[in-house]
Amino acid sequence: MLELIIVSTLNGVLYGMLLFLMASGLTLIFSMMGVLNFAHASFYMLGAFFGYQLSRVLGFWPALLIAPVLVGALGALVERYGLRTVHRHGHVAELLFTFGLAFVVEEVVQMLWGRLPVDYRVPPSLDFTAFTIFSTNYPAYKLFELLTAIAIFAVLLLVLTRTRAGLIIQAALTHPDMVAMLGHNVPRVFMLAFGVGTGLAAVAGVIAGPALVTQSNMAGLLGPILFVVVVVGGLGSLAGAFAASLLIGLVQTFAVAMNVSIGDLLAVFGAHLAPDAFFAEITQVTVAQIAPIVPYLLLVLILIFRPRGLFGTRET
Amino acid sequence: MSAAVQSGVRRTARGRGWARTGLWLAVAAVFLLLPHLFASGTGLTTMSLMAIMIIFALSYNMLLGQTGMLSFGHAVYYGLGGFLVVHAMNAIIGAHLPVPLVLLPLVGGAAGLFFGIIFGSVSTRRGGTAFAMISLGLGELVGASALILRDFFGGEDGITTNRTKLLHVAGLNFGPQLQVYYLIAGWCLLCMMAMYALTRTPFGRICNAVRDNPERAAFIGYNTQSVRFIAFCLAGLFAGIAGGLTAINFEIMNAANVGAAPSGIVLLMTYIGGVGNFAGPVIGAILITFLQVMLSDATEIWQLYLGLLFIVMVSFAPGGIAGLIAMHAPVWRARLLHRLAPAYALALLLGLVTFAGAALALEMAYRLSAGSEGGTAFRFLHVPVEAASAAPWSLAVLLAVPGFIGFRRVLPIVGNVWATTLAEARQGRGR
Repeated sequence: MLELIIVSTLNGVLYGMLLFLMASGLTLIFSMMGVLNFAHASFYMLGAFFGYQLSRVLGFWPALLIAPVLVGALGALVERYGLRTVHRHGHVAELLFTFGLAFVVEEVVQMLWGRLPVDYRVPPSLDFTAFTIFSTNYPAYKLFELLTAIAIFAVLLLVLTRTRAGLIIQAALTHPDMVAMLGHNVPRVFMLAFGVGTGLAAVAGVIAGPALVTQSNMAGLLGPILFVVVVVGGLGSLAGAFAASLLIGLVQTFAVAMNVSIGDLLAVFGAHLAPDAFFAEITQVTVAQIAPIVPYLLLVLILIFRPRGLFGTRET
Repeated sequence: MSAAVQSGVRRTARGRGWARTGLWLAVAAVFLLLPHLFASGTGLTTMSLMAIMIIFALSYNMLLGQTGMLSFGHAVYYGLGGFLVVHAMNAIIGAHLPVPLVLLPLVGGAAGLFFGIIFGSVSTRRGGTAFAMISLGLGELVGASALILRDFFGGEDGITTNRTKLLHVAGLNFGPQLQVYYLIAGWCLLCMMAMYALTRTPFGRICNAVRDNPERAAFIGYNTQSVRFIAFCLAGLFAGIAGGLTAINFEIMNAANVGAAPSGIVLLMTYIGGVGNFAGPVIGAILITFLQVMLSDATEIWQLYLGLLFIVMVSFAPGGIAGLIAMHAPVWRARLLHRLAPAYALALLLGLVTFAGAALALEMAYRLSAGSEGGTAFRFLHVPVEAASAAPWSLAVLLAVPGFIGFRRVLPIVGNVWATTLAEARQGRGR
């Protein structure tokens, strides 16, 4: 039991930090431009596939550096030549543009790499067991993922709060006109922020690719969960996104590890459903099976009881 | 207002009423006559699908176009409506109840309405981006649940039924596709008329007000939240009918029917057709269904073209196809359309050249990539092409690059011609 708790906590924190790598970029972009980037998870997927392709030619470490830069540049181009054109049609048009982009990216990835998973492996230099808890061997690669995510989180925090560029970004979040008045090129700040945000998503893709499955549906699987993170944390709140990422990471990991059925859980509270009732099927489903829908259940609960999200300051 | 003016107003109103009745009769006549023009099996199934998609897209536009709510999970109501109809049909067959098939879409509508009420009460509290995200979350919730609850949704295999085993009325057993087509067409006409009538009611107008300026609508005393909620429930009702017709048409529903794919497709259809006009979603549903059937035979990567078309529409023609057509109404009335023709023809030619080059490059890239299974030789517009050779690649570049440069050059000219023609058309009307 203790083993399960420790391993699940580690995995949950890891998953949560990966989510936060993406959610932070999404939140920054949303607070700045008011654009909810539907295609954010697509940049994560592009990161994974670029990482795969580059690591076959150059090896894993150069790929880890080059792929996010390429994807970030692509993101900046999308902002400059796509979003900025659509901006004059309003926020709904921007959201639709990114929706269309997500659709196209998935098709392009399918076209170039096919529908089946690609063989993106953990680099040999990290393919060993870091430590053993009880009987579980914890792979070094997972530890590396966790440390990378934490390091990027720390750097991001420092840049945003301690550097001049971070101050300009923070100012542009709330007072874009004033920042422009002071002589800063706000559209360029937006473009760079979009590039950095998508680049961060790509980092997550490069390091998560070998551990998870690198496949053309990975953006479609993760994208909605990212949105849940951003809404549960409170739209536009970086601290909220952090808390929600960890929360969803932990909840989902623990749910996967629990092999009891809903009926068993209900029985603890003294409730029994007749086995032939119309929806009795629900009682036979195990908690592990409903793990994929747990984030969405959380979303609905949050919307009912706390519509502005955990740390949100405004009504979403 | 003088009596003469008043009677004039009444006369034009009556005239418009007659015109509208005539239009609906014409639509009904088209529905009746189409099977005689396209009697083939493919033709009938395609038209049945189109009619279903027209209902689905129009119901979606009640949200996006009329009330300004962008939903990423509309297939929930469509799919659940379909599933309830399949289960209802199986229950009716099992219990030998005397219920004719014609009434079954009502079950779908009721299911759509029911789930619209349940999910709408959570999701319509706010509009805008928040609503869009919640609709996505609910869509994923139901889509993922469909794969878990295997008894009700039948997992990936789905749940099947048999439409011919229900009560036969007037000798109709709904075995042949032609009978099913007429059933669907009848429901489609009914739903179109109902949804059109709804846009003409005060409620429809208030929906528009909530879309355009929620603060003002709230200020004059309307509860924007309940307006959104009612619109949402009604959209669910019609989506459920569309889903029920799908169940009758295919006699099978599976978990994919409630998933993200149909939610995305209906958004694409509605938007490409045009959200600002009642006819927009109809155009979109017909066009996209046609492309789905025709393009999927011609190319493996047709969804990529669909996505690119959507992005182009969002970026440059937010009014959709219907918006583009409506834009030309004043010019058409002033009989100046021929002035635009040369500029349009030139732009169209260059656009097609660019597209041909780009499409050739895309198709060849696909043949060379890991995703393709058919080898590198294929036929592009009936011409055999070898993707692994240099000649077609240089042809693609020679078409696409100069075509695109020319197209960019021609665009300002088209803009100029358009502006002067429109100004003249308006002047002519003012005179």
